[in-house]
Amino acid sequence: MPNKWNTNRWNRGNAFWVALAAPGIVWLLVLFIVPVYAVLAIAMGKLDQLLESPVAVWNPFDWSSSAVIDVWRDIVGSSSFAGPIILRTLAYTAIASLLCLLVGYPAAYFVARFAGRRKALFLVLLIAPFWISYMMRMLAWIDLLSTGGYVNKALGWAGISPVNWLGGESVTVVLGLVYGYIPYLIIVLYAGLDRIDPALLEAGRDLGLGRFRTFIHVTLPLSRQPILTGLLITVLPMLGDYYTNQMLSGAASTSMIGNLIQGQLGTPGLEGQGAVLSLMLLIVLLIPMVYYVLATNREANL
Amino acid sequence: MTATKAAPAPDISGYRQFRPFWRNPWRHPWFLEGFTWLYLIWSLVPIAIAVLFSFNNGRSQSAWQGFSWRWYFSDPVNSVLHDPQLHAAVIQTVRLSVLTTVIAVPLGVAFALGINRWRGPIPATFNFVMILSYVIPELIFGVSMFFVFTTLFSSVHLGTVAEVLGLVTWNVSWPAIVVQARLVTIGRQYEEAAADLGASQLQVARRVLLPLLAPAIFASAVLVFSGVIDDFVIVDLLSSSAGNTPMSVIIYSTQHGGNGGPALNALGSIMLAMSLIIVVVGYAGYRLLSRGEGGSGLAALTAISGEG
Repeated sequence: MPNKWNTNRWNRGNAFWVALAAPGIVWLLVLFIVPVYAVLAIAMGKLDQLLESPVAVWNPFDWSSSAVIDVWRDIVGSSSFAGPIILRTLAYTAIASLLCLLVGYPAAYFVARFAGRRKALFLVLLIAPFWISYMMRMLAWIDLLSTGGYVNKALGWAGISPVNWLGGESVTVVLGLVYGYIPYLIIVLYAGLDRIDPALLEAGRDLGLGRFRTFIHVTLPLSRQPILTGLLITVLPMLGDYYTNQMLSGAASTSMIGNLIQGQLGTPGLEGQGAVLSLMLLIVLLIPMVYYVLATNREANL
Repeated sequence: MTATKAAPAPDISGYRQFRPFWRNPWRHPWFLEGFTWLYLIWSLVPIAIAVLFSFNNGRSQSAWQGFSWRWYFSDPVNSVLHDPQLHAAVIQTVRLSVLTTVIAVPLGVAFALGINRWRGPIPATFNFVMILSYVIPELIFGVSMFFVFTTLFSSVHLGTVAEVLGLVTWNVSWPAIVVQARLVTIGRQYEEAAADLGASQLQVARRVLLPLLAPAIFASAVLVFSGVIDDFVIVDLLSSSAGNTPMSVIIYSTQHGGNGGPALNALGSIMLAMSLIIVVVGYAGYRLLSRGEGGSGLAALTAISGEG
C-alpha cells in the first residue's frame, strides 16, 4: 500500500497538524494576546468624562500618555503614595522569598537525599498543600491568629496578653506569604536536588572534602539552577499578590502593589491608572518571565 | 636473626573510641529530619485544626464544644446546605471546574499535538505564548481579562461565561505542557510503524497516539480540575453577582470583613474533600492507564502534581 506521507512533508508539517493546532492558536490569539493589547489600549486611552469609565483607544497613533504621567507622578512625585507601596511590596517579597529558601532548602534536601524508603510518604506530605486551596490555608491561619484562636491562647498560658495579629501587622503578612508560597519552591528544589547524582557527592568525599565543604563545593553549585527557577516561580506570583494582605491584615499600612491595582479597578475613573500600573508590572517582570520560559525549555530539551 | 624489631601491629580493638558518633560521615541526619518534620507540622497542622473545628458544635475556633454536622447541613440557617450564598458557591465551583476541564483538555491536547509536529516560526511563537500564559502573574492576566470583557467583548458580560473563558485560557497550558513532554518521550517509532502498515494520519492519531498519551491526558485533566477548584484571582475579577461566585471567592470576601464563622471552615473542608477525591481518582486512573509501562507510584505522584 502506498505510504500517504511524503517524508519531506512529514518533517515540515502538513495540514493535519496545522488543523489540530489551529483552535489553540486562535484561542490564545483572541483571549490572551488581544486582552494584553486591551490593557495597553486602556492605559494609553482616555477617560469618558461623563461616565467616568475608561475608553480604550485601539489605534496606536491616537494614544495619549496622560494616564501614564499621572501614575508616574503618583510613584515618584512629592505627594506620591504609590512609591512607598512599591517599595513595601519589594521588601515583603524579598524577605518572604529568602525565608522560603531558608526553610525550604533543608527540607527539600532531606527528602531528596536521605528519605530512603519513606520518600513517597514525605513527597505526599510535601505536595499536599498543592491540593489544598490557598484560601483554605489562609483561613486556617486566620482562625489560629484570631483573638479567640490557639496562638493567643498559647500566649495566654505563657502569661502574655493577646496580640491583635490580624490588624495590620507586617510580620503576619510576610509570614502569610511564606506559608502560602513555600510549597512551590520546595517542589522545584526537590526536583532539582533529586537529579544530583550521588556519585558526584561520593567523589567529593573521596577527594577529601568534609560534609560541609562537599555541600559548598558540590551541592550548592549544582542546585543553582533549581534555586533560580524556584525563586522565580515564587517571586512572580508574590508580586501580584493582593489577597494575602487583604485576608491577614486588611489595613492600608501593609498594602502591596496588587492591592493598589485591584482597588483602582473597582473605583470608577481610576481604571486607566490600574491598567498603567499592571502594564508597568508586566514590563518589569517580562525579563524574569522570559528567562524562566527559556530556562525550562532548555531543561526540557536536555 | 632480625636486626630490628618489626613494628607492632596496630591495635584496633578500641577503634570505636577514636571516632565520636558525630564525626561519622554516614550517620543519619537527625537535625535535617527533625527540621523537615517541623516544617511539615507547621505546614499541615493548621489545616487539620481548621477542618476539625468545622465539626465544632459552636462558634469558637479554639474551644471544642462537641462534634456536630451543624455547619454542613443540620443548622437550618447558617449551614452550607441551607445558606443560599454558600450553597450557590459550591454549585458554581463544580460547574466551573467541569466546564473548564471539558474545554481546556481537548483544546490543550490538540494544541500540543499540532505544535509538536508542525515546524515553523508560527507554532514556535505560539508555544512561547502558551508558556507565557503559564508564567504571567495571575493578577496581570486577570486584569487584562477584566478589561477585555468590559470594553472590547462587552457583549460577554462579567459572569460565568467570562469566568470559564478566562479559566480555560489560564489552564490550557497544563495539558499542552504535560502532553508535549510525554510526546517527546514517546518518540516517533510507533507512528512510523503504523504508517508503514498503511494507516492514515487520522487513524494514527486516534489509534496510536491517543492511547499512548492517555496517562498524560488524564493527569492534565486532574491538574486542570483541581486548579480550577482552587483558583481565586481570575474568578474574583470576573465575577459579577452572588450567583457566580465560587467557593474560593466566598471564603475570601466573607472572611476579610471579619469572622465568617465555622460555616466557612465547612466550606473549605468541602473544597479540600473535592480536591482529595480528584487526586485519589487521578492517581488511581494514572496508574491504571500506565500499567504497561512499569512506572512507580512515585512517578505517578509527580506526574499528577505537575512536576513529572
